[in-house]
Amino acid sequence: MDHLDQLEAQSIYIFREAFARLKKIALLWSLGKDSNVMIWLARKAFFGRLPFPALHVDTGKKFPEMYRFRDHYGKEWELDLRVEPCPPIDAVDPTLPPAARSAARKTEGLKMALAKYGFDGLIAGIRRDEEATRAKERVFSPRGLEGNWDVRDQPPEFWDHFNASPPQGAHLRIHPILHWTEADIWAYTKRENIPIIPLYLSQNGKRYRSLGDQDITNPVNSTASNIDEILAELEQTKVPERAGRALDHETEDAFERLRVAGYL
Amino acid sequence: MNMIVTPASPATPNGTTRPQVRIVIVGHVDHGKSTLVGRLLHETGSLPDGKLEMLKAVSARRGMPFEWSFLLDALQTERDQGITIDTTQIRFRTNSRDIVLIDAPGHAEFLRNMITGASQADGAVLIIDALEGVRDQTRRHGYLLHLLGVKQVAVVVNKMDRVDFSADRFKAISDEISAHLNGLGVTPTAIIPISARDGDGVAEHTDRIGWYKGPTVVEALDALEPARPLEALPLRLPVQAIYKFDDRRIVAGRIESGSLIAGDEIVIMPAGKIARIKTVESWPLTPVAGRQGAGRSVGITLDRELFIERGDIVAHASSAPRETRRLRARIFWLHEKPLAKGDQLLVRCGPKESRATVVAIEKAVDPGELSSVENKAIGRNHVGEIDISLSSPIATDPYTENPRTGRLVIEVSGRIAGGGLVLSVEAGQRAVPVDIVPVESALRPDERSARYRHNGAVVWLTGLPASGKSTLAKALERRLFTNGGSPILLDGDTLRAGLNSDLGFSAADRSENIRRLAEVATHLARNGHIAIVAAVSPAREDRATARRIADTAFREIHVATPAGICEERDPKGHYKKARAGTLQSFTGILNDYEAPQAAELVIDTSTRTVAEAADEIEQMLKTSGVLFDEVVDLAANI
Repeated sequence: MDHLDQLEAQSIYIFREAFARLKKIALLWSLGKDSNVMIWLARKAFFGRLPFPALHVDTGKKFPEMYRFRDHYGKEWELDLRVEPCPPIDAVDPTLPPAARSAARKTEGLKMALAKYGFDGLIAGIRRDEEATRAKERVFSPRGLEGNWDVRDQPPEFWDHFNASPPQGAHLRIHPILHWTEADIWAYTKRENIPIIPLYLSQNGKRYRSLGDQDITNPVNSTASNIDEILAELEQTKVPERAGRALDHETEDAFERLRVAGYL
Repeated sequence: MNMIVTPASPATPNGTTRPQVRIVIVGHVDHGKSTLVGRLLHETGSLPDGKLEMLKAVSARRGMPFEWSFLLDALQTERDQGITIDTTQIRFRTNSRDIVLIDAPGHAEFLRNMITGASQADGAVLIIDALEGVRDQTRRHGYLLHLLGVKQVAVVVNKMDRVDFSADRFKAISDEISAHLNGLGVTPTAIIPISARDGDGVAEHTDRIGWYKGPTVVEALDALEPARPLEALPLRLPVQAIYKFDDRRIVAGRIESGSLIAGDEIVIMPAGKIARIKTVESWPLTPVAGRQGAGRSVGITLDRELFIERGDIVAHASSAPRETRRLRARIFWLHEKPLAKGDQLLVRCGPKESRATVVAIEKAVDPGELSSVENKAIGRNHVGEIDISLSSPIATDPYTENPRTGRLVIEVSGRIAGGGLVLSVEAGQRAVPVDIVPVESALRPDERSARYRHNGAVVWLTGLPASGKSTLAKALERRLFTNGGSPILLDGDTLRAGLNSDLGFSAADRSENIRRLAEVATHLARNGHIAIVAAVSPAREDRATARRIADTAFREIHVATPAGICEERDPKGHYKKARAGTLQSFTGILNDYEAPQAAELVIDTSTRTVAEAADEIEQMLKTSGVLFDEVVDLAANI
């Protein structure tokens, strides 16, 4: 087994545990490179199907290429796709810095979707290497009744034994690709020939390394116009993956505050 | 972490991979874990642009000197309190491999996070503050590493700058931690003096530690082995689920050990039903050809319809796991409420879930304070051995036979509260202690240790006949008694004359002889005495049993006098008789003595006087926490 085989087998194991141990789960599809790999892995785990809904919590501010991608592959992959809207900006905590406040709409949209469907598990494509607070996550991460994350009181999780009994009305976040890196995602996307949104590839000397809402995501300087070139670039770069995400840079703990409140 | 780290991944564009090793960093709080990690990232050129400047700014904003640990202690709470709360993972490269560093917090209350991190590791770095030395938490972490099966431990003695880079101070700490780890059966791969803050010994040797000739931290990490392949063990495929999305009925799970291929005859345990693997299914291409090995998540179809459940284990018929309703496990306990006899639990062995009852608590100990042993309950962050009975039969292996299937976790109220290793299945064949109520001593261990100025211990002298065990044992007994202690000699021959007079010299009888010696010695040790056992005890396995029984109280001394000299001495005439063929089953002539590999002390009596040897033993008992240097104030313990 090579490195990608090991990552794949571990993710499949996590998917199957989530499906076996929770009653009502959904997969959060943000349309980016990570969640596309995640859907691919889920179809491997369940022999071609996604036996639960794919949820797109839509801020309405994604790039047109992302919406086109969603509509096309949602059909082609036969997903049970649920698109859920987010509340307007006035409904969000005004003490947050502007970009974080904008991003927090997604947290609120997520809460509304949870209330609407009563999911007890949400599968999310976060990775430890993306961001420092995500590095502290569990694979099965309990959330409070408000969707909040209590980082001081995370249950022990060892030897691939996961805590899967959320209290009534609360839910779990399940993270099947927590152990992957950005380069793993690209190497696997290439190996499995998984479709991607073209915004990740260089045009006019710039490309997106991480896709979010249009108003708070910026491209980085890059000449990488295919996956091999992206991988070569990642070998060299010292620019963090989320450098183009405005909300990470507003205050020292902006992202942590969002995550504790339930953001991905 | 977002400062990931050039180059980021073992998966290179051309598909080749470098070995990846996962390493956990553990140790007492404030001994410098985060600082070491920050320094390692810096020295290996793994910090992203701007990170150093950001750290300087963060430190300046708090009015503090530059602090490497801010790199890891990303959470606001952690920065404010100056401690690491949870595990985090960072990657970097050495010359030969990719390293995933797992940083685990040192606070006792976050032991669950340390275990979460360490359970995923191939090796560990145990960090000790040169000024403070070995602390409770250091010992606790050492014990838990051992329990989690992490065998490769590199010890780092940090903050050498605070002790003027003293080689003597380094040696004292080395000896103490070596004795502790050896006592657990763990041999440190290296013990390295460093100053993480300044970089001495991390990636480079500096003049300040010029007296040290061993590896740097980076070199020690380079020498750790990646995880051992599990394919060579018998097949174990725990069933996660049965899927029937179409006309196929797919048994899905991850191969924990061994391998399988279509056509194999298999058995479903614990039911024992036999079938043949028809296909190995996959997506997008199916079926898959070729052998599938340990680590793969697979789906198989069978040649007949059988009732199979989540938690069953698919194995090959000739090497199936044992079915049992009773097992003994060595566990660590993380829940606030102590685990007691009679408690009802939920036990998980892989995907198998079973209700269980604690039938007996065989042992309970705080691995941070080796002395205090209680038997009624296992407290939070303590370890122990328990017998449990299960409401339904499960298939499992002792962890010595299969590290993947021989482990379990315990759930309380839907949350993992403990976990551990399966020591043996069918523990129930022993007497069920329903009508046996052990009577406790009227005295607490600390009352005795305050009087004797030592903790209870089992000092086990092993070696060839006539190597000098009994002579040494008696000298030690006299020495300890003169100092006000309570030593008790258990000589192998003496006990064979009475307690063990029903035993012969077959392998089974010899094992039983050792077991009884160990039980008696352990009973004495638990009551505060130092039991000095002098017995040839030739079989390594029997001595391992004795160590298991006496647990942290055990100190093994190999009396390693050369065989020729032993035969020359021959005080009881045994060698002579054996040579003449009139003494059967004599250890020494037939070379069936298995020398210890990790004794706490090795003594050759041909090069030492009895007094010198007794000095060495006394010193070892001091550094390994049995003998107290100073008079203990009993009032302080109340």
